[in-house]
Amino acid sequence: MRLQQFIMAQLSSTLLYIAFIIYLIATLVFALSLSDKKNKQAAYTKRWGRIGYGLSIIGFITQLGYFITRWVASGHAPVSNLFEFVTFFGMMMVFAFIVLYGIYRANALGVFAMPIALLIIAYGSMFPRDIAPLIPALKSDWLKIHVTTAALGEGILSISFIAGFIYLIRVVDQQLSSKKTKLIESIIYLLLCVLGFIIISAGSAAFHYETTFSWKGTKGEKLENVYTMPALIGPHNGEQLDDHFGPLVDAPSWINGKNAPKKLNTFVWSLLAGGVLYGLIRLILRKRIAAAIRPRLMNLNPDFIDEISYRSVAIGFPVFTLGALVFAMIWAQAAWTRYWGWDPKEVWALITFLFYAAYLHFRLSRGWHGEKSAWLCVIGFVIIMFNLVAVNLVVAGLHSYA
Amino acid sequence: MEKITCECGHVNPFGTEICEACGKPLQNVDSTKLINMRYEGGAVRSQTYKKHSIDKIWNFFSSVKVGIWIIVLILVAAAIGTIFPQQMYIPPTADPSTYYEEEYGTLGKIFYLLGFENLYGSWWFMLLLAALGISLVIVSIDRGFPLYRALKHQRVTRHNSFMNRQRLYIEVTQPLALEQLKTSLKKRRYKVKEENGNWLAEKNRFSRWGPYVNHTGLILFLIGAMLRFFPDMYLDQPLWIKEGETLAIPGTKTEDGQYYLKNNRFIMDTYKENDPKFAEALKKSSADIPSNYQSNVTLYKTKKDFLPGAKPELTKVKDYKLRVNDPLEFDSFSLYQVDFKPSQLDAFSFKLKRKKTDETIGEFTVNLANPKATYHLKKGYDITLKNYYKNVKVENNKELGSKDNNPENPLMLLKIIAPDVPKGERAVLGIQKNFELGQNKYRISLSGVKMKNVSGLTVKKDRTLPIIVIGGLIFMIGVVQGLYWNHRRVWLKKEGDRWLIAAHTNKNWFGMKRELQGISEETGMPVLQDQS
Ligand code: HEM
Repeated sequence: MRLQQFIMAQLSSTLLYIAFIIYLIATLVFALSLSDKKNKQAAYTKRWGRIGYGLSIIGFITQLGYFITRWVASGHAPVSNLFEFVTFFGMMMVFAFIVLYGIYRANALGVFAMPIALLIIAYGSMFPRDIAPLIPALKSDWLKIHVTTAALGEGILSISFIAGFIYLIRVVDQQLSSKKTKLIESIIYLLLCVLGFIIISAGSAAFHYETTFSWKGTKGEKLENVYTMPALIGPHNGEQLDDHFGPLVDAPSWINGKNAPKKLNTFVWSLLAGGVLYGLIRLILRKRIAAAIRPRLMNLNPDFIDEISYRSVAIGFPVFTLGALVFAMIWAQAAWTRYWGWDPKEVWALITFLFYAAYLHFRLSRGWHGEKSAWLCVIGFVIIMFNLVAVNLVVAGLHSYA
Repeated sequence: MEKITCECGHVNPFGTEICEACGKPLQNVDSTKLINMRYEGGAVRSQTYKKHSIDKIWNFFSSVKVGIWIIVLILVAAAIGTIFPQQMYIPPTADPSTYYEEEYGTLGKIFYLLGFENLYGSWWFMLLLAALGISLVIVSIDRGFPLYRALKHQRVTRHNSFMNRQRLYIEVTQPLALEQLKTSLKKRRYKVKEENGNWLAEKNRFSRWGPYVNHTGLILFLIGAMLRFFPDMYLDQPLWIKEGETLAIPGTKTEDGQYYLKNNRFIMDTYKENDPKFAEALKKSSADIPSNYQSNVTLYKTKKDFLPGAKPELTKVKDYKLRVNDPLEFDSFSLYQVDFKPSQLDAFSFKLKRKKTDETIGEFTVNLANPKATYHLKKGYDITLKNYYKNVKVENNKELGSKDNNPENPLMLLKIIAPDVPKGERAVLGIQKNFELGQNKYRISLSGVKMKNVSGLTVKKDRTLPIIVIGGLIFMIGVVQGLYWNHRRVWLKKEGDRWLIAAHTNKNWFGMKRELQGISEETGMPVLQDQS
């Protein structure tokens, strides 16, 4: 029994790792598939596109293997902590990409969807990966159904962001720096911050870096916490209990919860690392990143991309509503005695729902197609990511398990 | 307001933009711009009547711009409410007027002063939800009926300027392979109607009703949520019940009796530390992780004509293992396992001894929730309870009082009457307290403590649920209906030796064009041009 579980858990991690590598290769293949101005109908475009698509499907199946083996090992659907949920969300994003590429065959979609899904999976892998038991409230079939369907809906809605983002890079004039070019660069910068976070986390873990602080909380209670990234920012008036690299500055006094200074430190590291990555890329490219990508997208018809973006919302909105609201309410009625309780996580699901409802109405009657619609999709994705990550890390509610 | 008679003879309501029957534009006749196909150019009340104050209210709520504003305002308000926890999520003993400032500083204070600690129950938030509901009702009437009229009256033969002002259009002189074309259209589930050699191929008209269906679902849902505030629709009562205790379940008295519940046992299971599945995670966690909360209960019911106050005659209804995620349902009620208090004091046992000889005279047990006034030990020996505080606290620095009715920290003043002390001696007993008032001959000492678990249950009744469920279901059907299918039409018109071909879809033009491409490959019909 013990051995079998151990093998399953081990197999599961290996499969996730392999899926990750396959996604990485698929990304590169898709990048090669983009044609440029000179040869519009190049044969290689189709060929590389097909290979990239095939690899995405194989990667998805591998990750599904991870999901199933982990389910067997733990005895419950692996969507119960942040690592499991975030990687599952990444998998659903790949799945949504596979479906939409199946309809529209747009290689550019792969060039953006695959690396962003990769980033999300890698990000999820930075959280503790132990197989943890479920507390009684989480032992419900409806919970599994709710979480998986919600993630699928969010995955599909994310593709509308991918397409919207492509649209923006494609149409926004890059001759001159403008508010729009700056916004696009900031999106790229934020994505690079996630990459930065992953690099710093993985790096610190590889060197087994750890340092412990002890300090006094607001009520005078003694607090202690272990940093796993080099301490740039220590707790306010904190005492470092070892002689590792240690804090350049103290956190302001109001950032004082048990985990708050550590989170601030991580946050600052991510911003810095993102800045370094962005700076390096700019230095190599010698122009804005979007300006460097844009020529590769000139063969795309903007209306076509706009339609993909809208279609993703049209498909994703009902799935999201079903998973994140309807199934969630059914579960909440059984577990918490009421279908709705204005818990932060619930509220943010409602906000996401209202946002995309507003999007549909903007498009329908205000004629917000194309660029405006693409910007809305960017905001929608920010809301989804906020609900996925920030609400769990910052605003804790009933769902603080995740 | 006059009706408009089109040259085809059809009489259209005032405000119609495109003749309902033949499609001839009735406004902007000479323009060559593409015609606006929304609501098929039907007369929408809000676009037509603008004078009266009722018109103005009507137009306000049927404006999609206003609708979007309402949605966005609800969205923003909902987001603000999550900045700090709502009052229902702060510790129940905390005082909100100081809690927010203490925990979250100045921002917390502002949050509280603006009344955001109860945002989702505030009057203005309710008003926003009401505005959403009103808007949904009005917009559905405003646009639903004209759309229905227009789609019902549409004729196969369309006016030329209806045809050539469609987004997808072509004019050809070559002959068409009509039989093949019909097969090809039918294969794609189009319904083909013919009239004087002209065609209308149409499919998925039902998807046009999607928004109206989903809005109806939303309206029902909102009504359901509102009905909760009406009497007898909704019940939400806590029930703390000790092991071994039988209590009336609050709020469950109906015409044919009152429900009672007995708590036989409360069980909390935790994961075993050597559980191979979770070994790693359990090693890291300092506390035990619970795997199950369960109250084994028995549900009873009284007879129909039971008298309140009298000792009820109970008939057993059923035994149930009440767990989280698995409520006990009976009649319209549900009973949930939501909380527990482990090992609460239940009873103290005492011994009475003569000090000099250390001889035990007798023993007695005080049930802390329902103590007796006097305990008879043996002939001549009585203990009376003079004063009793279930959960003792000191008031104004000297007087004693009780915080609440939970015997968490009991304190009792006892009087001992014995044959040799007929006036009695007094003693004070509590947790780790045992004083005598004066020089006593007898001594009371604690000989045993009985603990019991207390289950925290919730009794719920929610008669609004069926409406909520139906509303949600209708909403889901409507969204899928409107978003997963598109209403597509192809018109063919014979003008002498020319064919005019036009096509329209309410969304997803890429799919429509691809479908036409497919038809063209099968039948040789020329590909329609996108005039947008
Ligand atoms: C949370 C609230 C709402 C939700 C979830 C919702 C949902 C929807 C959906 C899914 C559609 C179909 C969109 C499409 O086909 O692209 C739609 C259409 C529409 N909605 Fe709403 N809606 C809401 C509130 C409102 C409000 C307040 C108004 C009022 C002004 C409104 C007016 C309309 C109109 C006019 C249409 C188009 C109808 C047609 O195509 O015939 N909606 N709505």
